[in-house]
Amino acid sequence: MAEAQIKNYSINFGPQHPAAHGVMRLVLEMSGEVVDRADAHIGLLHRGTEKLIEYKTYMQAVPYFDRLDYVCPMNQEHAFCLAAEKLLGIKAPERAQYIRVLYDEIGRITNHLLNTTSFALDVGAMTPMLYGFEEREKLMEFYERISGARLHAAFCRVGGVAADMPAGLAEDILAWTETFPKVLDTIESLLNENRIFKQRTVDIGIVSAQEALDWGFSGPNLRASGFSWDLRKSQPYAVYDQLDFDIPVGKHGDCYDRYNVRIEEIKQSLRIMRQCIEKMPSGPVRVDDRKIAAPPRAEMKSSMEALIHHFKLFTEGFHVPAGETYTVIETPKGEFGVYLVSDGSNRPYRCKIRPPAFAHLQGIDFMSRGHMLADVVANIGSIDIVFGEIDR
Amino acid sequence: MTQALQDLGDYIAAALSQEVLSAQLLSDELVIIVRGAAIQRVMTFLRDDANCQFKQVMDITAVDYPEREQRFEVVYNLLSLKHNQRIRVKVNTDEDTPVPTITGIYSAADWFEREVWDMFGVTFADHPDLRRILTDYGFEGHPLRKDFPLTGFVERRYDDEQKRVVYEPVKLTQDFRNFDFLSPWEGMLPGDEKAGKGE
Repeated sequence: MAEAQIKNYSINFGPQHPAAHGVMRLVLEMSGEVVDRADAHIGLLHRGTEKLIEYKTYMQAVPYFDRLDYVCPMNQEHAFCLAAEKLLGIKAPERAQYIRVLYDEIGRITNHLLNTTSFALDVGAMTPMLYGFEEREKLMEFYERISGARLHAAFCRVGGVAADMPAGLAEDILAWTETFPKVLDTIESLLNENRIFKQRTVDIGIVSAQEALDWGFSGPNLRASGFSWDLRKSQPYAVYDQLDFDIPVGKHGDCYDRYNVRIEEIKQSLRIMRQCIEKMPSGPVRVDDRKIAAPPRAEMKSSMEALIHHFKLFTEGFHVPAGETYTVIETPKGEFGVYLVSDGSNRPYRCKIRPPAFAHLQGIDFMSRGHMLADVVANIGSIDIVFGEIDR
Repeated sequence: MTQALQDLGDYIAAALSQEVLSAQLLSDELVIIVRGAAIQRVMTFLRDDANCQFKQVMDITAVDYPEREQRFEVVYNLLSLKHNQRIRVKVNTDEDTPVPTITGIYSAADWFEREVWDMFGVTFADHPDLRRILTDYGFEGHPLRKDFPLTGFVERRYDDEQKRVVYEPVKLTQDFRNFDFLSPWEGMLPGDEKAGKGE
């Protein structure tokens, strides 16, 4: 039989494909079943966030950060608030910082639960998703109880947080950290030694240490390639320097390692949450500066000045001294940076958002080359992308 | 930490005296401004020098200052895992002068430079694939320039007669309202001795 001539051809993956984790169009050049080149077309969810922020006061800019990576909204608000606070030269009260860190870690768990289980779904395991989403829903309830919204919390404020924790919330979160490990064990028992899952992920999409650096990887994807690098440890912000936790590190940089790093991070996040609740001091949750943080509602009923401050804050907003900063935090996906330029007025002159997944998705090309078409799906699932933040 | 960054800035300024225009600390972050044509040499030095080791480019962006002669400031944020330091490199350019690409030095710069081109219209010389990245296919203009209106120029809708999506010039049923909330009381009154002193 004569050897069949195989011609190269390109296929469209997306823009609407369940395994694309959003709206991404991936143009794949294939030779047979093997990927020669993966050209990702992004921007289908571009909403002009950075432009909009230039037309909003600093306080009005906060909710836009929820809508970037909508899987872990409060982490990103935290980044913006830290950047603005740095330019203002203020620090949030300690209790506010603990609340932020507590909710950062809740966000990390919601994110990792969504990512690891939907990754498993992409490669053929359906059940973990059902377990994961049930727990995720409980975390959403914690979001709702403190901010009133399940997803778009808009809870952080420059100079603190919007409100104190309602009574009983801390105890309920603590109780949840006790019951959750059992569910996590179930999820792990379904995947860790699962033959199909391992065949689909081990040695797939290997990112060497050199490549991870060269392509600007950060977060779990960088750690899976063998770097013990976590901004919470190496450049601590908020109260992370007072908390005790470990950084999981991978060895091979393949999809399986990235999954394992995330699972281990969930366990570390649980540790951090327990410590936060234990160590959380009492006290105010906003800075005591009426030019930046709104006065309490009760005070406004009787004090004329408080009323004026409130009015000025919610119309004009506060002025931020001229300057610029690149402030980063460790969001569940990696290094999330806010490059904030202020010209001294009440609106940001420029607010560049550095989304971690932007750099990760860029790597899909070199990660997928020489792999089978089905492995592209595994690669996309394992690098944890959300198009809200990539497209902005 | 601050002292170490200051020393690093002095070191870089001394080693690259031809290329570096200034090196200073802005709110505890090291910022160096370099000549645009020399960006490749500077980046290679920052990546490979033993005292720098900035192996990662985390972010490339730009800022538009329309009143300046060279209106764009291209900003590179680099990170060194080894020394746990960050540095911000800036290059000034205008609409016509291309900046040499650094994709040959950092692969990650590829998409970031495409984004800067898309959003600001800064060109990068010798970039392997300088296409638009975030905006729509066939988009015109550079949205993050300060002279680009927030509402844009075109809007799209589904045309039932032509059975396809059509683009039309933006028609606002209500004018775009840009409230000026800045206090008229600050520094405006003649003879106001508090003006300019601030709080």
